[in-house]
Amino acid sequence: MDAIQQQLLEAVAGLHEIPTGAYNIRANGASVERNSTDHIEIVTRKDEKGLEVHIKPGTKHESVHIPVIMSQSGLEEVVYNDFYIGDDADVTIIAGCGIHNGGSAASRHDGIHSFYVGKNAKVKYVEKHYGSGDGLGERIMNPETIVHMDENSFMEMDTVQIKGVDSTIRKTSADLKEGAKLVVMERLMTHGKQKAESHFNVSLDGEDSGANVVSRSVARDSSYQLFVSHIIGNTKCNGHTECDAIIMDEAKISAVPELTANSTEAALIHEAAIGKIAGEQITKLMTLGLTEEEAEEQIVSGFLK
Amino acid sequence: MLELRNVSFQVSDEKSKENQDKEILKDISFVLNDNKFVVITGPNGGGKSTLAKLIAGIEKPTAGQILWDGRDITEMSVTDRAKLGISYAFQQPVRFKGVTVFDLIRLASGENITIKDACRYLSEVGLCAKDYINREVNASLSGGEIKRIEIATIMARKTQVSVFDEPEAGIDLWSFQNLIHVFENMHDQLHGSILIISHQERILNIADEILVIADGQLVQQGTKDEILPSLLGTANAADFACRQMKAI
Repeated sequence: MDAIQQQLLEAVAGLHEIPTGAYNIRANGASVERNSTDHIEIVTRKDEKGLEVHIKPGTKHESVHIPVIMSQSGLEEVVYNDFYIGDDADVTIIAGCGIHNGGSAASRHDGIHSFYVGKNAKVKYVEKHYGSGDGLGERIMNPETIVHMDENSFMEMDTVQIKGVDSTIRKTSADLKEGAKLVVMERLMTHGKQKAESHFNVSLDGEDSGANVVSRSVARDSSYQLFVSHIIGNTKCNGHTECDAIIMDEAKISAVPELTANSTEAALIHEAAIGKIAGEQITKLMTLGLTEEEAEEQIVSGFLK
Repeated sequence: MLELRNVSFQVSDEKSKENQDKEILKDISFVLNDNKFVVITGPNGGGKSTLAKLIAGIEKPTAGQILWDGRDITEMSVTDRAKLGISYAFQQPVRFKGVTVFDLIRLASGENITIKDACRYLSEVGLCAKDYINREVNASLSGGEIKRIEIATIMARKTQVSVFDEPEAGIDLWSFQNLIHVFENMHDQLHGSILIISHQERILNIADEILVIADGQLVQQGTKDEILPSLLGTANAADFACRQMKAI
């Protein structure tokens, strides 16, 4: 792996070296390193378009890393990864995509991830997106996440896209059975002329299922963001969606929360707020000795933390 | 030493028929000597908070000068005044999503302090440090909690001049005595001057000097022994100040 690839790997997966546990590292369109463990098996899909990750029932405190890095300009790929998480398992899955584009052709990675979360299983899913390189070629990522949650399962999804991705359309859909809980925390910052869309569609099908979808974003320069979150309550359930955005410079942001209740027992809430940084927040930090620029930076980094 | 020399502050009053300027502060002059504990009191709406903002640099006077050890700082920015050694505790502290209590105390101290050091300031203002240090300074904090955190940030700054705008507001009675100790300790340890805007007799009682501001003017100034008896002789300080105004 060369220096650029190492740097991308560190940005998206926090990895300085080969991780412990199960992993698959994909670089420039091909799997370069792979490791399965006793409890977690990673195999190539039969159609060779991606991976299948099988986590045995009862697997506890193990992790799976599946970073994707692209440093070759003009590469476009669509990858399908399927995760089968056994009943009662408790695992962390760390995905991430880093694109370095120093050329003039667009580089694109579309990752389509399907999760089958077993009964009582607990999953933490972390996904980081990062782009670098000063070529004119766009860095494009269109992740799609499809989650099927069995009874009393729990999934926490943490997605971060802070820098360098020119265009992204993120789609997340989930269906939840009895007692299942989904927590989503999305953090996004766009700058320059970037465009980012995020669409959530969560269907609460089982009794006492619940979802909390939260997005915090900052749009700078002349970037554009669209956040659409639709929660459907089909029975006795709890759903909450929140979009909180800071708008700066010439940016544009649309937030479209949508709720559908198909049962009188469905309790659904949406909140959306878009606004610039409050002047008094900057003033307060200036009274602590920060310059206006430093104050703004602290407020934004705290907000996206 | 901080000096205000003939400081006035006007705002344009669009509601008035003639679109006249409204005077919030008129020709205020006083010297805040080093190592002094000064309390400003007077009726609501008299211009006290505006005075604190002028000292912090959040507002600029429309006439007059502000001097720091003889140097004119009237046009100096909020940031530069903070670096010079002026701290200002907001009457209504600002809330931030995502910024933690530790972040704020660390920024206030201006160095990479440890969590342990930050916790010490919280304990001094009567907050159980471990419950608060990682909390966000957001809407989930009560009025009293955020006021105490605000005071902790000023303590962490350790500056030559600390200005507090009604620090007692929202603090419960039980904690009030501790608050008095906080100011006394700050005064003892820092050897800097403390300027507090307050209506509380117990805070007035520990002042070296009391200034009474009413209707934008400095109507009385003197030691605690000179001012306090006349303030307490009436139903309340506000009444007193109003009568002072009429007498002028």
